[in-house]
Amino acid sequence: MLNVSDILETIKMIQQENLDIRTITMGISLLDCADGDIDRSCAKVYEKICRKAKNLVTVGEAIERKYGIPIINKRISVTPIGLIAGSSGGDVIKYAKALDKAATEMGVNFLGGYSALVQKGMTAGEKALIDSIPQALAETERVCSSVNIGSSKAGINLDAVKLMGQIVKKTAELTADSDCIGCAKLVVFCNAPDDNPFMAGAFHGVGEGDCVINVGVSGPGVVRAAVEKAGDCTISEIADIIKKTAFKITRMGQLVAVEASERLGVPFGIVDLSLAPTPAVGDSVAYILEEMGLEVCGGHGTTATLAILNDAVKKGGVMASSRVGGLSGAFIPVTEDAGMIKAARCGALSLEKLEAMTAVCSVGLDMIVLPGDTTAEIIAAIIADEAAIGMVNFKTTAVRVIPAVGKSIGEELTFGGLLGGGPVMKVNYASPNRFINRGGQIPAPLHSLKN
Amino acid sequence: MRAVITVIGKDTVGILARVSALCADNDVNILDVTQSVLQDMFAMVTLVDVAAVDDDFAAFAEQMKVLGEKEGLVIHVMHEEIFNSMHRI
Repeated sequence: MLNVSDILETIKMIQQENLDIRTITMGISLLDCADGDIDRSCAKVYEKICRKAKNLVTVGEAIERKYGIPIINKRISVTPIGLIAGSSGGDVIKYAKALDKAATEMGVNFLGGYSALVQKGMTAGEKALIDSIPQALAETERVCSSVNIGSSKAGINLDAVKLMGQIVKKTAELTADSDCIGCAKLVVFCNAPDDNPFMAGAFHGVGEGDCVINVGVSGPGVVRAAVEKAGDCTISEIADIIKKTAFKITRMGQLVAVEASERLGVPFGIVDLSLAPTPAVGDSVAYILEEMGLEVCGGHGTTATLAILNDAVKKGGVMASSRVGGLSGAFIPVTEDAGMIKAARCGALSLEKLEAMTAVCSVGLDMIVLPGDTTAEIIAAIIADEAAIGMVNFKTTAVRVIPAVGKSIGEELTFGGLLGGGPVMKVNYASPNRFINRGGQIPAPLHSLKN
Repeated sequence: MRAVITVIGKDTVGILARVSALCADNDVNILDVTQSVLQDMFAMVTLVDVAAVDDDFAAFAEQMKVLGEKEGLVIHVMHEEIFNSMHRI
């Protein structure tokens, strides 16, 4: 029989420490839906999503009941629409509307894939898609968009970076009435993964199969509690404790992923080994860093503690799952993390420190509220800096910033739900205009002479 | 399929009887029981066969939870597979 203390530990993790499955995401290929006529194309897209995902939510709920584990989100990711839009031409907004309708019909809260991969250049379809992003995010509720503007193999497309600065700004303006929420659904990537189950950056990569199930786990609260219980021990022991905890969390993800894949008759893709915070108290990545010994997240020592955390989560998780992928690592979305919000409010956490943190953890500058007067060029330069970190270090980085229209330092945005809310953060206004306006391609980095 | 019922709370007369009666009402067979009383805190872990309530597992878990609330205990029912996958390699 099972060990009583193991049983009690698991129950405590779920009941008190917010352990949950953050998302079951079904990836659906839409490559076979491309048609020369946009209306026919949209009809096929809608039909395929509804056919493949019709049982997604009911199966998710059934697994939740069977195991007693909360599964917070059931979501869908699709082939980057930029590829489909290339064959059909026409008004791309129709795709956004078709996706939104399908997401609503299927009962999923987000659908990702209104995306374009333009790290080396842009096709007419991709250009049209990017131009339509502000309108698409303002006129739909559940569609998420992402654009990959760089990779370690191709370098960074500076023309696309410049364009994305303008698109982020325009998206904020078009959704200014609802706290600029459009920007919370738009991610700019470098080295975007093909199998990411997390929004807003999820899309179904072109190298993927027809349909897969990817699962993202969560559990910052569990890791924090384990570190707290350890008390005064060395950092080696802390790393070991995090590894063991990550193993347990990921095992649960693996169990749910395999079960979901069997019940839906869809191949199991990956488990994303992630620590995804929520605004709920006790579900914060920042609080883990503080438990490791920092007075407040954002002070000196933050990058080092985050590096330990991120590495240990992956080491524990890899052993626990047969297939891993996605964004795997600790997330640091400011507005979605109670500890980060607190640190940003008291001024301990700056944009520059967050940028340093992204060099050692998963993803990048995530859910950061910027002053409303931040120019498109400054946003583009923030994207370029972040993409450069990803490109040079062969890792995924991303930017999801929200220029708060009409607001400045001292004011806040509130999105509610998992997206949370947070204070406007300070930006360096020195002009990068000449650099951004040069355009062209930042060359890919050398693979040798690593110093 | 098998599930684990955990009962935690202040020790009172008849806890085991009430939990096992509810199991019997639902045609749930008890396979193994371990219990300990630390000072006046009662902790019981029961392994049960829930094949009979397979379709209505959530409803059975809910009944147990309600019983727990009535008796001032915390009763939790979870699928055995969770513990196996989490704590065994």
